[in-house]
Amino acid sequence: MAQQLDPGTHERAQPPAISLRNVVKRFGSIVAVDGLHLAVPAGVCFGLLGPNGAGKSTTMRMLTAQALADSGEIEVLGYELPRESKRARMEMGVVPQLDNLDVELTCRQILTVFARLYRVASGERADAVARALDLANLTLRADTIVRELSGGMRRRLLVARGLIHRPRLVLLDEPTVGLDPQVRQELWTLIDGLRSEGVTVLMSTHYIEEAERLADVVAVMSQGKIVAEGAPAELVRAYAGEQVLEIYGPPEQLAAASDTAARHGWQSRRSGPALAIMRAETLDGQAPEGVRRPANLEDAFVALTGEEIE
Amino acid sequence: MSTHAIAPPARPRAARLRRLEPAALAGVMSRDVVIFKRYWKATTFSSVVQPTIYLLAFGLGFGALLKQIGHVKTIEYIATGTVATAVLFSSAFPGMFNTFVRWQFQRTYDAILAAPVDVEELITAEILWISLRAGVYGVAPLLVGMLFGLDPVPGMLLVPFIGFLTGFGFAAFGVLIAAVAKTIDNFNYVTSAVLTPMFLVAGTFFPISALPDGVRQVAQVNPLYHCVQLVRNASLGELQLADLGHAGVLLAFALLMWRLAIWQLGKRLID
Repeated sequence: MAQQLDPGTHERAQPPAISLRNVVKRFGSIVAVDGLHLAVPAGVCFGLLGPNGAGKSTTMRMLTAQALADSGEIEVLGYELPRESKRARMEMGVVPQLDNLDVELTCRQILTVFARLYRVASGERADAVARALDLANLTLRADTIVRELSGGMRRRLLVARGLIHRPRLVLLDEPTVGLDPQVRQELWTLIDGLRSEGVTVLMSTHYIEEAERLADVVAVMSQGKIVAEGAPAELVRAYAGEQVLEIYGPPEQLAAASDTAARHGWQSRRSGPALAIMRAETLDGQAPEGVRRPANLEDAFVALTGEEIE
Repeated sequence: MSTHAIAPPARPRAARLRRLEPAALAGVMSRDVVIFKRYWKATTFSSVVQPTIYLLAFGLGFGALLKQIGHVKTIEYIATGTVATAVLFSSAFPGMFNTFVRWQFQRTYDAILAAPVDVEELITAEILWISLRAGVYGVAPLLVGMLFGLDPVPGMLLVPFIGFLTGFGFAAFGVLIAAVAKTIDNFNYVTSAVLTPMFLVAGTFFPISALPDGVRQVAQVNPLYHCVQLVRNASLGELQLADLGHAGVLLAFALLMWRLAIWQLGKRLID
C-alpha cells in the first residue's frame, strides 16, 4: 500500500494560486487573449514568456479585474473573478509595467498611502513602510520626492509598493523592461528572494534570460494562447533538443546551408549573423561545418512562436 | 538589497467586501490629503483672493449704484452669490483637471485600482474630497464679506454643508467631463459654454427675475441657482420650508452626476 506521499504530491494537491480556463478577451476586432488556459501553482515563480503583443499584459490586467474577460473563468487565490476580485487584490501585490508612481510624493508618502489602501492596520503602517523601504534599498531616500529618483530607484519603489502588505501572490509585469543590467540584477535578487520565501510570483517578460534565470515554470505565450509550458530545461529539451549547430559565413554560404537543411528536413533559423540548425545531436555525419553549442530557451522559444526575441 | 519573510500565515476567508468601504474611501482620500498639504497655500490663496476680487469689483462697483438688490443689501447679495461661484470653481475645475491628469497622464488611478479599491470607491472618494474642500472654501466669501459690512448670522453655519452638497454635484460633473473629453483642451468648451453662463445666470450677481422669460426658465434648472438661493436665505436668516426644494434639487443633481461619473469613467478605467 502506497501510503507514503512524496512531498511533490502534497504540493500538487494544493489549489493553484491562479487559474484561467478558456479565457477570451477582445478589443474591438482584435483578439488579445484567445482561449487561454493557465494554472499557476502556489509557491512557484511562474514566467509568462512571449513576444510583445502576445497578450501578456492583458492577462495580467484581467487578474486584477482591470480588464474584464469576454468569456471564460478566472480564479485568483481561490476567489472567483471579477466578482470577488477585491478580496483577491487584498492578498496580492501588483508591480505594473508602466511607472504609475505619484511623482509629487515622497517614497514614504507613497508607501503609506498604499499601506492604507491595502488595509494595513494603523499601528503597523510605519513598520510596514520601513520594511518596504528596506526591501527596496530606499531607506536613505525615504523622504525624497519621486520625481528626483533615478529610473532604477523608481522601479524598486514600484516593487516595494506592491509588497507593502506582504502579499502571498505577486504579479510582475515586465519587471525589468528598459532597465540597465546592474539594476536588472538587483531586481532579480529581489524577486528571487520572494520566491524563496514561499510567495507565488507570476512574472510576464519578453526577456528570455529573465525567464530562464528566475522562473521555476515557464509558459510560452503567443497570439493570446499558451503554446508550451514546463520547466525551462524541459522546454529546451522538448522543443529545441540538446544541441544547436551554428554556421557562420558570408550570406551565400548561409543560404546554401539553409537549402541543405531544408532538403534534409532539419529545423533551422537565422540567428543574428549565423544560421542555427536545431537538434544537431541527430544530424549524424551529414552536418555541415559549424560550431556546436547547447540548446537554450531562446531556441525553444523561436521554435514555438516563430518569432525572434530580444 | 535585503529580503524579509513575506509570506503571511494563511488567513481565514472573510465575507465578501462591501461596496463603498470606508477604509477604501479613506485610503484614496489620504492621498489627496498628502497632496493638499503640499499645495494648500496656493489653493487657499486663490480661493480667498478670487472672491475678494469679485466682492471688490461687483460689491463696490454695484454698491455705489445700488444700495439694495431686491430687499437685500448689495454687499449681502454679492457676498452670498460669490459663495456659489467659489463652490462652483473649486469643485468643477479640480473635478475636470485632477481627474484627467491622474487618470491619463500619471496613471495614478491604474495604480489604485490594482489595490483593493473599486472604481466606485475611487471616484466617490475623489469627489468627496473635492466637495469637502469646496464646502470649506465656499465660506471664504462670507468671511471676506464681513470685512465689508456683512453681518454674521447663525444660519451661515449651514453654508459649508450647502457648499459641500453643491460641490459634490459639480465635482462629479467635472469627473464626468474628464471621462468623456478626448483631450484636456476640450475643457475650454465646457468652461466657456457651460460653466461661465451657469455662474452668471444663477442669481449670483443680479436676480434672475431681471432676465427674459426663456432664460429665466433655464436658470431655474441651473443647480447653482438653487445653491445661491439656499446660501442667501441661510446667510440672511430667511430659511423657509421652500428651501427644502432647493436642497432637493441639489441632492438630485449630486446623485445624478455621481452615478454618471462612475458609469462613464468606470467604463474607461476598466478594459
